Amino acid sequence: MIDERFDAIVVGAGMAGNAAALTLARRGLKVLQLERGEYSGSKNVQGAILYSDMLEKLVPDFREDAPLERHLVEQRFWMMDDNSHTGLHYRSDDFNEERPNRYTIIRAQFDKWFSKKVQEAGATVLCETTVTELLQDARGKVIGVRTDRKNGQVAADVVVLAEGVSGLLGTRAGLRDRPPPDKVALAVKEMHFLPSETIEARFNLRGDEGAVIEAVGTISHGMTGMGFIYSNKESISLGIGCLVSDFEKSGETPYGLLEKFKQHPSVRPLIEGSEVKEYSAHLIPEGGYKAVPQLYGDGWVMVGDAAQLNNAIHREGSNLAMTSGRLAAEAIFQVKSRRDPMTKENLALYKKMLDDSFVMKDLKKYKDMPELLHIQSQNFFLTYPQLVSKAMSNFVRVDGTPKAEKEKKTFRSFIQARSWSGLFGDAFKLARAWR
Amino acid sequence: MSDAPKAPAPAGRAAAKKELPEHLKAYKHVWTFVEQERGQVHPVSWELLGAGRELANKLRVDLAAVVVGEPGEATQAVVREAFCYGADLVYLVADDLLKDYRNESYTKALTDLVNVYKPEILMLGATTLGRDLAGSVATTLLTGLTADCTELDVDAEGSLAATRPTFGGSLLCTIFTLNYRPQMATVRPRVMPMPERVEKPLGRVIEHPLGLVEDDIITKVLSFLPDRDSSKSNLAYADVVVAGGLGLGSPENFQLVRQLASVIGAEYGCSRPLVQKGWVTSDRQIGQTGKTIRPKLYIAAGISGAIQHRVGVEGADYILAINTDKNAPIFDFAHLGVITDAVRLLPALTEAFRKRLSPNQRDRLAS
Amino acid sequence: MHIVVCMKQVPDSAQIRVHPVTNTIMRQGVPTIINPYDLFAIEEALRLRQQYGGEVTILTMGPPSAEDSLRKALSFGADRAVLLTDRFFAGADTLATTYALATAIRKIGAEFGPPDIVFTGKQTIDGDTAQVGPGVAKRLGLLQLTYVSHINSVDLENRMIEVERRAEGGVQTLRSKLPCLIAILEGVNEIRIGSLTDALKAARAEVVKWSAQDAGVEDITKCGLRGSPTIVKKVFAPKPRAEKAELLELGEQPGEALIEELFKRRPKLESELEKLSRGY
Ligand SMILES: Cc1cc2nc3c(=O)[nH]c(=O)nc-3n(C[C@H](O)[C@H](O)[C@H](O)COP(=O)(O)OP(=O)(O)OC[C@H]3O[C@@H](n4cnc5c(N)ncnc54)[C@H](O)[C@@H]3O)c2cc1C
Ligand SMILES: Cc1cc2nc3c(=O)[nH]c(=O)nc-3n(C[C@H](O)[C@H](O)[C@H](O)COP(=O)(O)OP(=O)(O)OC[C@H]3O[C@@H](n4cnc5c(N)ncnc54)[C@H](O)[C@@H]3O)c2cc1C
Ligand SMILES: Nc1ncnc2c1ncn2[C@@H]1O[C@H](COP(=O)(O)O)[C@@H](O)[C@H]1O
Repeated sequence: MIDERFDAIVVGAGMAGNAAALTLARRGLKVLQLERGEYSGSKNVQGAILYSDMLEKLVPDFREDAPLERHLVEQRFWMMDDNSHTGLHYRSDDFNEERPNRYTIIRAQFDKWFSKKVQEAGATVLCETTVTELLQDARGKVIGVRTDRKNGQVAADVVVLAEGVSGLLGTRAGLRDRPPPDKVALAVKEMHFLPSETIEARFNLRGDEGAVIEAVGTISHGMTGMGFIYSNKESISLGIGCLVSDFEKSGETPYGLLEKFKQHPSVRPLIEGSEVKEYSAHLIPEGGYKAVPQLYGDGWVMVGDAAQLNNAIHREGSNLAMTSGRLAAEAIFQVKSRRDPMTKENLALYKKMLDDSFVMKDLKKYKDMPELLHIQSQNFFLTYPQLVSKAMSNFVRVDGTPKAEKEKKTFRSFIQARSWSGLFGDAFKLARAWR
Repeated sequence: MSDAPKAPAPAGRAAAKKELPEHLKAYKHVWTFVEQERGQVHPVSWELLGAGRELANKLRVDLAAVVVGEPGEATQAVVREAFCYGADLVYLVADDLLKDYRNESYTKALTDLVNVYKPEILMLGATTLGRDLAGSVATTLLTGLTADCTELDVDAEGSLAATRPTFGGSLLCTIFTLNYRPQMATVRPRVMPMPERVEKPLGRVIEHPLGLVEDDIITKVLSFLPDRDSSKSNLAYADVVVAGGLGLGSPENFQLVRQLASVIGAEYGCSRPLVQKGWVTSDRQIGQTGKTIRPKLYIAAGISGAIQHRVGVEGADYILAINTDKNAPIFDFAHLGVITDAVRLLPALTEAFRKRLSPNQRDRLAS
Repeated sequence: MHIVVCMKQVPDSAQIRVHPVTNTIMRQGVPTIINPYDLFAIEEALRLRQQYGGEVTILTMGPPSAEDSLRKALSFGADRAVLLTDRFFAGADTLATTYALATAIRKIGAEFGPPDIVFTGKQTIDGDTAQVGPGVAKRLGLLQLTYVSHINSVDLENRMIEVERRAEGGVQTLRSKLPCLIAILEGVNEIRIGSLTDALKAARAEVVKWSAQDAGVEDITKCGLRGSPTIVKKVFAPKPRAEKAELLELGEQPGEALIEELFKRRPKLESELEKLSRGY
């Protein structure tokens, strides 16, 4: 154990870890942040969507120097079958506002910037330092960490576990279970580099405007999953994710799906002629509210993906991560300023704050959604997309069939594929899960 | 240019090519440094004489070879050879202190020659010796030096246009040394073609003293241990080269490359990732950061043909590429292509060659 | 003993992309790294310090962002990092670079004690000239030992050093004097992982930042673009070969078929290969 001790150790320099470390340091605590990667974000190659509101709470003027790619003016939802897609597009010039609400970012760069802020706030940030173990005293209280560096043990009053979805440390220390395969999705992603002009032309954008496409349908071969395409400045982030358990069952490979997604006639033209630079696989917690583990204990709190805080339906993670990190830090600060010990009882404050925030409220709202989509995946990700495409094709194709007949045909096809009760049932369940 | 990637100089400055300062007008003629150790001339020297010939013709000036070494028959032989490879005259510094290469003595010899006889262009091989020497000579003379050139030419005003890879080989850039003389450049072995050797009589030889005694030279050579030939591959100068890349999938499969090579008496090589993976030793790497080759036949199996690899093989007379991906960039510069699994084709090819070529193959392989 | 290591922060050239149309560099998000060749220099310096005691100073000329790389160098256990940064240095070629570095090394000598050894890497992956080392040596009047594969011994009393140097076609063993400049060969050692204490020290260390003036540069015209005799006039993409490869369909006996087609197109090759295969 090195002599120097810290008020708090933050494990991980992702969204959650950085938010926590930043807040703690700003509050004047002596913070040590440990990151496995070469720098904050180096292990996080995915392009992502950033939600301004949560970041403003941490860095109000982030727009001045943060590496933002494009602000989003258009959102597209696609229901795909093998060679067509039915789209719902929402585009509004209102998004070209003074302080835009959503941006595309490249995590590797954004996290690096975020980490600089953390350092400026006074936290000590060590990269290329992997925490191998939580140090616990006889009564199981977490008292510090062991790292992979020479004489690498260091003590602190509290350890913030922001280690991401893998959550190895928490699992090893028995603070949480490894999430079951039907509660995590495996997402694979590529970066396709293109000149910015090309991207703007293909997505119909001006200047720093950006667009996002989210797609469900036969691309996931009936598994619970979704594809996504984000437009960055000089690149396109493109990927697809499905529940790990589905991959196990179906024997499909993530990369195979991605290849198929890229070959889809609706997708191929968007990335044609691009240079692929990064290929990354990453897990996303999908269990939702019911999968959230114990979030605090003697000498530790758990934030972000490590705590399964991820809204699969809206595919929001980083903002839950940022918020949970910030609230955990605030809780720790309050306990500290009351000169109370970092016990389970005292740290319960964090959970309370989280419950009162949008984080838990949102997760609660959708608590039944993950199961529904999972159990019914065949219908939601295979049958319906196909039916919808058929319907659309029927609707737009002019072939001399009387319209009335067309409608009957479409209608019948739905009933055949899915019984009346089935149809209504799904609609009903979906609606309820949404409430 | 240590600061490459460096943006092209603002047009203003690049264009601002004022009259050459008076004291530099005197600098004339093209020089190439002949690299020799113990009478062994590095072939790059003759390649440079070939390139120098063209520059000298364009500038209508003389082509001189600079020979530095210990007095005696070996060095004299080198001087004679220099004429056969096209030198109009030879500058010779012969001194016992020059037996082994040492930076101090060689730098003195070369800088003195330049200061006295004033060449406008000075070329050296980008070898360990040449790079060591060129760097200190250029700094002593406070002039520009362009490393690892792949192309040398003179522009309308008669300035040296030296082209070299930049940005990790993804681009080329052309570099000028304006308003300084001599214009210095190093060129890697095999980048320039080997000129025809034509028997010629001894021409004009200008001897120059070294002007050093052993005590002036601080660095002493305690010993020289020549490479065991086995450890030294003759890749750069081989007539036929067979190379494999990541596409082969495993170190075991790379044996297929070695087998084909041994059957047709070729040298074997590889792309960089195989070196990085430790499948093959680094002296076998072909490309920008490896060896440049100019064989009569180059067979590339499972190599995509990235630009950094390409620059190392473009000098080959004929390139045969085996690759499963018909869009692989290697087909942009290969002459003949087969779209198939190299792991399957290579053994078939080896076998076929073995049958076709001299029968005593089998024994050679057995032994 | 005081060792100065010249280290450069370079763009990770593996990640550099070229704009397909304009042939300009798409810099966005190209990460910077410590020039891989320089890691061997740093490690060698740290090993010498272990053996003979003393201090290791890391010197970089580069943009302010190069501080990251210097901090990383400190986390390996170096004692001090100096960043030479000034717009006057921008666009330097090797000659201008060696002027700036040599000036800074003199200043380092004055401030923190004269160096016994200055290390450089063999070359950079961006400049890739291997000239800066020799240049710095020349400007400082240091003895120059390049392509050094092993340091046999350092004799501080008599100011002597003995090294092995990779020469053309063999290995020289050289004896020379301190102070000297060593350009170390790649692959001769493996960079260490610093201890937690080293890492903590690095994270908090003050990186010494010098402008041209701070470093004691007298003649600004010797720096950067202005101090560079070489001028990059144009940057362009290699032109593709006129025609693409002719693609073959091989039948039942691919080996034989391929040889046929090959010799059909290059008749001379047959006799060549005949000769070679016989081993001459
Ligand atoms: C393909 C993909 C796309 C996504 N898109 C979006 C999106 O558009 N919008 C959105 O809001 N969210 C998105 N998410 C989710 C979002 O990325 C995560 O929710 C968010 O990154 C969680 O942050 P975190 O800090 O909890 O974990 P992470 O960001 O994963 O950070 C964990 C950090 O801890 C480090 N670490 C782990 N173990 C150790 C250890 N033992 N020692 C030291 N360091 C360690 C890791 O290196 C890592 O840097 C996406 C996720 C994926 C996979
Ligand atoms: C600064 C710098 C310097 C570099 N210097 C060099 C250098 O000197 N030399 C060098 O080679 N590289 C160099 N590189 C690396 C270079 O950029 C490429 O990464 C490298 O050449 C790729 O090697 P490869 O073709 O073997 O592998 P890949 O690019 O992965 O290509 C593998 C190829 O094999 C094909 N293939 C797959 N399976 C089979 C099969 N069964 N049968 C046949 N074909 C198959 C694939 O279609 C693919 O085209 C350098 C890079 C940088 C950044
Ligand atoms: N800007 C720089 N700052 C510090 N050291 C440098 C710089 N440029 C080059 N060097 C050193 O000089 C060596 C050779 O560089 P180069 O001549 O660019 O191949 C490198 O390995 C570094 O050690």
